[in-house]
Amino acid sequence: MAKFFTKEHEWVEIEGALATVGISEHAAHELGDITFVELPQVGKSVKQFDTLAGIESVKAASDIYAPLSGKVAQVNSKLEDAPETVNESAEGEGWICKMEGFDAAELGALMDAAAYAEYLKGM
Amino acid sequence: MQLIYEKSMPGRTGVRIPLCDVPQAQPFPEALRRKGAAGLPEVSELDLVRHYTNLSRRNFSVDTNFYPLGSCTMKYNAKIAEDAGGLFAQCHPVLALLPGGEKLVQGPLSLVHGLEQQLAEITGMDEVTTQPLAGAHGEMTGIMVIAAYHRARGDNKRKYVIVPDSSHGTNPASAAMAGYQIVTIPTAPYGDMDLDLYRAAMNDEVAAVMMTCPNTLGLFNPHIAEICAIAHEAGALTYYDGANLNAILGKVRPGDVGFDVIHVNLHKTFGTPHGGGGPGSGPVGVKKGLIPYLPTPRVAKKEDGSFGVEAHPEGIGRVSDFFGNFGVMARAYAYITLLGREGLIEVSEQAVLNANYMMARLKEAYDLPFDKTCMHECVFSASRQLKDGVHAIDIAKYLIDRGYHPPTVYFPLNVKEAIMIEPTETESKETMDAFIEVMLEAAKLAQEKPELLHEAPVTMPVGRLDETRAARAQQVCCEQ
Repeated sequence: MAKFFTKEHEWVEIEGALATVGISEHAAHELGDITFVELPQVGKSVKQFDTLAGIESVKAASDIYAPLSGKVAQVNSKLEDAPETVNESAEGEGWICKMEGFDAAELGALMDAAAYAEYLKGM
Repeated sequence: MQLIYEKSMPGRTGVRIPLCDVPQAQPFPEALRRKGAAGLPEVSELDLVRHYTNLSRRNFSVDTNFYPLGSCTMKYNAKIAEDAGGLFAQCHPVLALLPGGEKLVQGPLSLVHGLEQQLAEITGMDEVTTQPLAGAHGEMTGIMVIAAYHRARGDNKRKYVIVPDSSHGTNPASAAMAGYQIVTIPTAPYGDMDLDLYRAAMNDEVAAVMMTCPNTLGLFNPHIAEICAIAHEAGALTYYDGANLNAILGKVRPGDVGFDVIHVNLHKTFGTPHGGGGPGSGPVGVKKGLIPYLPTPRVAKKEDGSFGVEAHPEGIGRVSDFFGNFGVMARAYAYITLLGREGLIEVSEQAVLNANYMMARLKEAYDLPFDKTCMHECVFSASRQLKDGVHAIDIAKYLIDRGYHPPTVYFPLNVKEAIMIEPTETESKETMDAFIEVMLEAAKLAQEKPELLHEAPVTMPVGRLDETRAARAQQVCCEQ
């Protein structure tokens, strides 16, 4: 399935029962060199657009918001030692966590890749 | 440069501590005795003096050079205020709290009371506590007072605090620490909090709105009275982050505009030293209805004119030991008393004039995202220089080579490549002109020889530091 994006620059991609979440290439570029990713606790339940995780770069500290409601099933623990992975591959290897128990209908509140690209042009 | 530990030689010493000539009442318990030496550096007095004197020569301070670090109000700290701070060094703070101790510390107690009154008068508040030890500590104290107020009225549904995105970053952090959820309101194109979005966000679940005014763009919000009225209509309280009070001293009293709580930073506005982590002082002022919730204890003036310490049972408890950072308070009291009303008005007028002069002279060379009359500081963007591959950080590093502390960069977050300059009122036109020339040179270099900016600094003991590696691979222990 394809990626969907939030206005706050998170992405989500559903594969079966799991939804992978990360931040967009644009967000990673804007943040600059990322120095720390505060991963969520496995088992944490969040509502769509609530704070899910945190991320720090040399320039700023930001919240990462949940693109979908659900429960955190896995986290990308590789980021604990190698936060730069987010800079290298924000929309691939640098994923933040995987969620379960979500409702795919909530994707309706997000943008597809084309709409997100258009949204970035307007910024 | 060697660390003091690397200069250590076994057996070398600066002082000889005499043997104890008082019989020991009880041997010190074996379990509490250290098994080996303390591991302190062993150096002579001269080694020690040279070490710290040499370190201090590598230091940068407002006593050596211009320090236009935006949002920090790095004004000169008058030496006479320093002397005032030192006067009380021998007075133990616990005296005021011991039975019968009050009469031994009437001077310090009258100073606490006097400073609280001065700050209440300056900010338009009814009472002030000097306990908070820093600006963010004041914010948290203020928000806890607000929470106590709502709780005491049985109003338990308020769980949000509204914070515009041009507030100080500590505002949302302080409110979150106090248990609230944060609602962020973006900045409208006119440079202030978007009023329509604010109105839509305000309801009976909002505990307070926190305004930094002038905001982090150095702009005065002309709608603050309306913002307060909208909050009060919904039963919410209003918090004024007074960190930028230097811009409005003697001109506007936040309490008159409709704010219920304020904190001020003595270490910024009131001429006490800061930088390097403190000590700070963040007194909090409140309106009448909130006085019961101020921290305990309070210094009170008795009927006979003497001063005493009173418990304040409904308050939020203690937020620091004793009465706060007393040495800082003594300096601020001296500063306010020396300047008086007329002097404080001149402070804000000159601070605003200096910042506007800086803005007017630099806007030819640097982009100015919000081209309006500014208050005590102005925010440029290096976006024009970025086209030649030069970032705000490169300009900042170049300024170090030229003998200036860089302005604040990459803050506020809502300005790309931000360069935030706050000259303060204590700088002369000649000092600012010299700085402006260097800033104009940097803009020219960005076009002609950008590599020179990328290499800076080249005159310092160390070159360009790898800030990313420093943050990613943190090694904070000294290898023995």
